[in-house]
Amino acid sequence: MKHLQITDFTLTTALGGGLDVNFERLRLGKSGLHPCEFFDISDLRAWVGEVAGLDEVIIDKQLSAFDCRNNRLALQGLKQDGFIESVQQAISCYGAERVGVFIGTSTSGIHQTEKAYLSRESETAALPDWYQYETTQNTYSVAEFVRAYTGCDGVSAAISTACSSSAKVFASAYRAIHSGLCDAAIVGGVDSLCLTTLYGFNSLQLLSEELCRPSDITRNGISIGEAAGFALLQRSQKAGGVGMLGYGESSDAFHMSSPHPEGDGAFLAMQAALHSAGMTAEQVDYINLHGTATVANDFSEAMAVNRLFGNKTPCSSTKGWTGHTLGAAGIVEIVFSLMAIKHGFMPQSLNTQQIDPNIGINILMENHFQPVNRVLSNSFGFGGSNVSLVVGEIQ
Amino acid sequence: MKPVYIDAIGLAAPGLPSWTEALPVLTGDAVFKSEPLARYRPKLLPANERRRATNIIRLAFQAAEDAISANETLELSNISSVFASSGGDLDIIDNICRVFSGPDRAVSPTQFHNSVHNSAAGYWSIATGSQSPSSSLSACDHTFVAGLIEAMMFATIEATPTLLVVYDISAPAPLLEKIMKKKTFGAALLLSPVKTEFSCARMTLQLVSEARDESQAISTAFESMRNDNPAAKIIPLLECLARKVDSSLTFCSTGSQYIDVTVTQC
Repeated sequence: MKHLQITDFTLTTALGGGLDVNFERLRLGKSGLHPCEFFDISDLRAWVGEVAGLDEVIIDKQLSAFDCRNNRLALQGLKQDGFIESVQQAISCYGAERVGVFIGTSTSGIHQTEKAYLSRESETAALPDWYQYETTQNTYSVAEFVRAYTGCDGVSAAISTACSSSAKVFASAYRAIHSGLCDAAIVGGVDSLCLTTLYGFNSLQLLSEELCRPSDITRNGISIGEAAGFALLQRSQKAGGVGMLGYGESSDAFHMSSPHPEGDGAFLAMQAALHSAGMTAEQVDYINLHGTATVANDFSEAMAVNRLFGNKTPCSSTKGWTGHTLGAAGIVEIVFSLMAIKHGFMPQSLNTQQIDPNIGINILMENHFQPVNRVLSNSFGFGGSNVSLVVGEIQ
Repeated sequence: MKPVYIDAIGLAAPGLPSWTEALPVLTGDAVFKSEPLARYRPKLLPANERRRATNIIRLAFQAAEDAISANETLELSNISSVFASSGGDLDIIDNICRVFSGPDRAVSPTQFHNSVHNSAAGYWSIATGSQSPSSSLSACDHTFVAGLIEAMMFATIEATPTLLVVYDISAPAPLLEKIMKKKTFGAALLLSPVKTEFSCARMTLQLVSEARDESQAISTAFESMRNDNPAAKIIPLLECLARKVDSSLTFCSTGSQYIDVTVTQC
């Protein structure tokens, strides 16, 4: 496929706001996870990756209808690393109507709806006046907020395919740019902590009471995090820089909340990503795993990786640092992959003590500093929605 | 963007339970009578999944299964899909938010996995055995346009037959008071990158930046429906397909953008 340049990118996670602090914490092996003290929760034993300071974020008056935790997180994220300035440059270069916006989210501003329901005095009472559905709860809310805040006026959509959402946006933006519908696009993902996902994953017995431990023999579930991340994609003008080299999408056709036991869907997505990048498995230097730390995910993903790559390619999940940021996981891990290329750095599988012998792939137990040119990143979601992306230096 | 061909059409809306039954009403030959949709029993779903399918999943299946029903030779496993819904499963959002006011906050695990915006896409892939790419999206009131764009991009860039399903259910109280669009509506289009023996129309799409009037429904009854559900924005296109007339239609898109859709009958 024709490459797309990734000219700018940023992320905000439990590790902090912006690229520098995130890389510093990766380098030092310091997790952003803490015991859950989110909102009014007192009956869940879990660790969460909470982004600090969201209660103090103020959304400007003209966009105040969008005020909710998820859009505050989006705003906090947009303000890092000069990202807005880069978007302004793209707008002046191509025109606002030629810059698209594709944002992934799984739960959008549902925490606002949770608070509105909790504020009612009876089961039959109306929702409070301050609650605005369209600009907070509706799935598109965060994409419209990003569009309106940055002034982009190109094609836009919120992609919501659970935990693959903000990796899917790269494929949508690729199609839009190559269809001639836009010349550049903001892609990204924003998902914030809420009662729905914390109690929901708990009900499925997928929430760990301890720190999540991807690929560990004792792994027993995820830790949930929140994050916002964005990247600016542009048609490749010249050689050099980093870009999106390939993508592959597939469906499991198996079960709503369990992955295919042998990772069939994951295999197809990775195979399609390599094919579209015109690469062989040997040309991938590092794989950023979806690696949620559930028993089923890590095993089936490892089966698929082993089938395609064997057991040599260095792999790790970075969820030990950020938690599983669900609809934002794709963009977080693509940005980590771009950092890996920039710094010549492969992150360890943080919190992992002893690798499960059934995980037959090369899980990194320590940070490695060595040149990294091409990274494959996996994102898989409920409903069997799979995406693999290949990013790397543009030759 | 390259043109696509419409190979099949599906419908699931009050008074319009299938494309075939809706045809005389859409052409103006019969009078429209609004009747609530009966609870749909998805034909392709295994028993376990059918039991767990919520109202919005059933709505999406009714439209999707209607679209594919006209052609028994379709290889469903090779068809990509785009599921476009503005608000997703509002019944579940209501249910789960109610649980948090209770004493034990026990969310139902089935409700939780059904709460994802791509629930219908997940069930569809299980029902059809399709491991082909699928996307699920929203653009609030412009969800039909965003879904159409994504489905046409799938068909042309990935060169694959693509099923577009647009669907939204009416919200339960108390959410209903906060949502402008109140009705239930679902429709589906099977798009092909090349003309086939089943193609009924050729469609092209163009983005437009200049402000213009959005195409309205020909009939007054459908015009009110069009304004009461994001998925029902498709109605002018359905009317033109039912009446077999070449048309140029305009739809509002996100921001200050519009799209022009040109339909030529095959």
